[in-house]
Amino acid sequence: MTKTTGKTGVSRRTLLKSTAGLAGLAAGSGAITGFPYVMSAETKVLRYLGTAVNEGDEISKQCLKDTGIKIEYITATTDDVTKRVMTQPNSFDVLDTEYFSLKKLVPSGNILALDAKKIKEFGNITPVFTKGETPGGKKIGNQGTAPWKVLYLEGKDSKTFSKTATEFVTLIPTVYNADTLGIRPDIIKRPISSWAELLNPEFKGKASILNIPSIGIMDAAMVVEATGKYKYADKGNMTKEEIDLTMKVMTEAKKAGQFRAFWKDFNESVNLMASGETVIQSMWSPAVTKVRSMGIACTFQPLKEGYRSWASGFCVSKGVSGAKLEWAYEFVNWFLSGYAGAYLNRQGYYSAVLSTAKAHMEPYEWAYWMEGKPAEKDIKAPDGSLLEKAGAVRDGGSYEDRMGGVACWNAVMDENDYMVRKWNEFIAA
Amino acid sequence: MDTSEDILQQASPDLVRGSGTARRTKPARLSPSFVSWLQAGPMMLVFLAFFLIPLVFVVIVSFWDYNEYQLLPAFSGRGYTDTFEGCIAQLPDLCTIGRTYVMTLKLCFLVWAITLFVGFWVAYFLAFHVKSKTWQMGLSLLCTIPFWTSNVIRMIAWIPLLGRNGLVNSGLVKTGLINQPLEWLLFSEFSVVLALVHLFTFFMVVPIFNSMVRIDKALIEAAYDAGASGSQTLVNVVIPLAKPGIVIGSIFVITIVMGDFITIGVMGGQQIAAAGKIIETRVNALQFPAAAANAVILLAITFLIITMMSRIVDIRKEL
Repeated sequence: MTKTTGKTGVSRRTLLKSTAGLAGLAAGSGAITGFPYVMSAETKVLRYLGTAVNEGDEISKQCLKDTGIKIEYITATTDDVTKRVMTQPNSFDVLDTEYFSLKKLVPSGNILALDAKKIKEFGNITPVFTKGETPGGKKIGNQGTAPWKVLYLEGKDSKTFSKTATEFVTLIPTVYNADTLGIRPDIIKRPISSWAELLNPEFKGKASILNIPSIGIMDAAMVVEATGKYKYADKGNMTKEEIDLTMKVMTEAKKAGQFRAFWKDFNESVNLMASGETVIQSMWSPAVTKVRSMGIACTFQPLKEGYRSWASGFCVSKGVSGAKLEWAYEFVNWFLSGYAGAYLNRQGYYSAVLSTAKAHMEPYEWAYWMEGKPAEKDIKAPDGSLLEKAGAVRDGGSYEDRMGGVACWNAVMDENDYMVRKWNEFIAA
Repeated sequence: MDTSEDILQQASPDLVRGSGTARRTKPARLSPSFVSWLQAGPMMLVFLAFFLIPLVFVVIVSFWDYNEYQLLPAFSGRGYTDTFEGCIAQLPDLCTIGRTYVMTLKLCFLVWAITLFVGFWVAYFLAFHVKSKTWQMGLSLLCTIPFWTSNVIRMIAWIPLLGRNGLVNSGLVKTGLINQPLEWLLFSEFSVVLALVHLFTFFMVVPIFNSMVRIDKALIEAAYDAGASGSQTLVNVVIPLAKPGIVIGSIFVITIVMGDFITIGVMGGQQIAAAGKIIETRVNALQFPAAAANAVILLAITFLIITMMSRIVDIRKEL
């Protein structure tokens, strides 16, 4: 018995020794082959950190064709993007993030504002961002972190948002949308017109919200206001008492079994809705389209209290300078020049510069997506798959109606820390 | 047989003696203790660099302050006081952290008990009923099947099975056993436990199987010859000798389940509290010191459980 163990001991030892040697060899050779690659990396490469929303393969391919810039996507969830900017600011060049995270990102000093003068189409950016109104002149809801509140900085390296227009732009807008509840009209079988329906006991065990505390609580606030329980001064910046009140409503609903599940990711929301696990939930426009393209009825229901909106845009890492900064400007300018805008519009999002995107879309496409008119022909996704048959009308109608109906914007509250603690309490309740 | 050196000496006398004679002829030959250090060294360095040092940082950061966008390296117990907020004021009701740990421990206990039961019998079958080594290998590889797909896909795949309109529910409705689909099959404590058991039974099977195959078959024959019944042999021979495997498997399962937030999140519809989930929410909100404080608390509790288990069985002695 002892002898055999001894023998295996020997062979194990020799094995260990030889594998260690091999590992060393492999590491050494890896370093050697890695070296020339760094030397020859002369192509224009930009590391692009963002959520999956803008990161289409078609966009990077077209960009390479038009500008010679190779885009390397680093895809993460909204929370992880912010985390990465804070902890590894040198791991990316161009950042595509949402305006509401600026309240955290700008004071950290890890991002650089871009110079408006170097953005060709800056003057043509939709007034939604610059003035807080639609091109048709409708005033847009001011609650939460509305982009125009955080669009400009006071100076190049300033950490203070400017109330008036300056040339130092925190984020060059790229994409935005007005979010509302997605519903399954085939199961609900009656008109839905208010956010209050989200917590209607009729849909017990069949409702869902986003599992992002700062956004989930705003959906809940829309419900609280819709039921007439309370009117917030600013849903995007609640006081502690308002947070308590909102969370109480949520906790009661949770305990009564109102929510089936909370979702965090695009595909999760599609799955919940398509499988019939939920029939009413907060959702994103392309997710609704995806459910519908599976042959399942789903409506992105406009509600009388309005939409909860979000917007994202580009800035660069503080580590970017020299030639790389010039490529970044070239890329942002290309992004606003129409191809990418048309691509985003065709998914149901909105592009920042409407005129250039329009030039890249067929008139019938523009009429369907932006003007709220019935589709003259079948509407196709950027990848060519059928989204809507001729005659369909976009939920919520035109750009004017949808963006004009925005009530509040995704936000980070001053009492964020308190809110997160309350969220954990809500989950444990 | 107390220190590893003793074990080494007793287990491989040839080697130790062999290297001793070699030293006399070739003076440059390394001493055995140096060789042992060299062998343990790489793992020790990895352990030090990627576990112990980061762990020290976690403990340090847990006593820092923070604001919306950065860590403030000044001593603050805020991470801890916030965590235990209301624990005294809300008595006799449990505070957030109390409720969270009650739920985590409950899930942990259920998963542990079920994986132990299932894992023990799978290991027993593999060790005593499957005679050929090839089949033993093949069948234990089968147990790894749950790990062949990614976590996300595995999770999503439960919906068509357990969902409201899933296979199980539609099957039950069609056979007339139930009229309404069962809601508790998915996004419930049941589904969390099911998914965790499905994943981690393997971690029970392997160490228990490993202990069982090393049981000298002569002992079982001796028990049989001495007139012990099947169950007496199991209780008095097999289980005591499989104890190290049972404890190691239990440590695997308990440590993983205590820290899990992904499976509990997805299968619980993000509505079931877990110690790991509190940390996740805090990290996502960039409140690292608070997250670190929660991690330290979790570590302390998990460590306590493991210490209690190793009190029951001295693994080092039994191995």
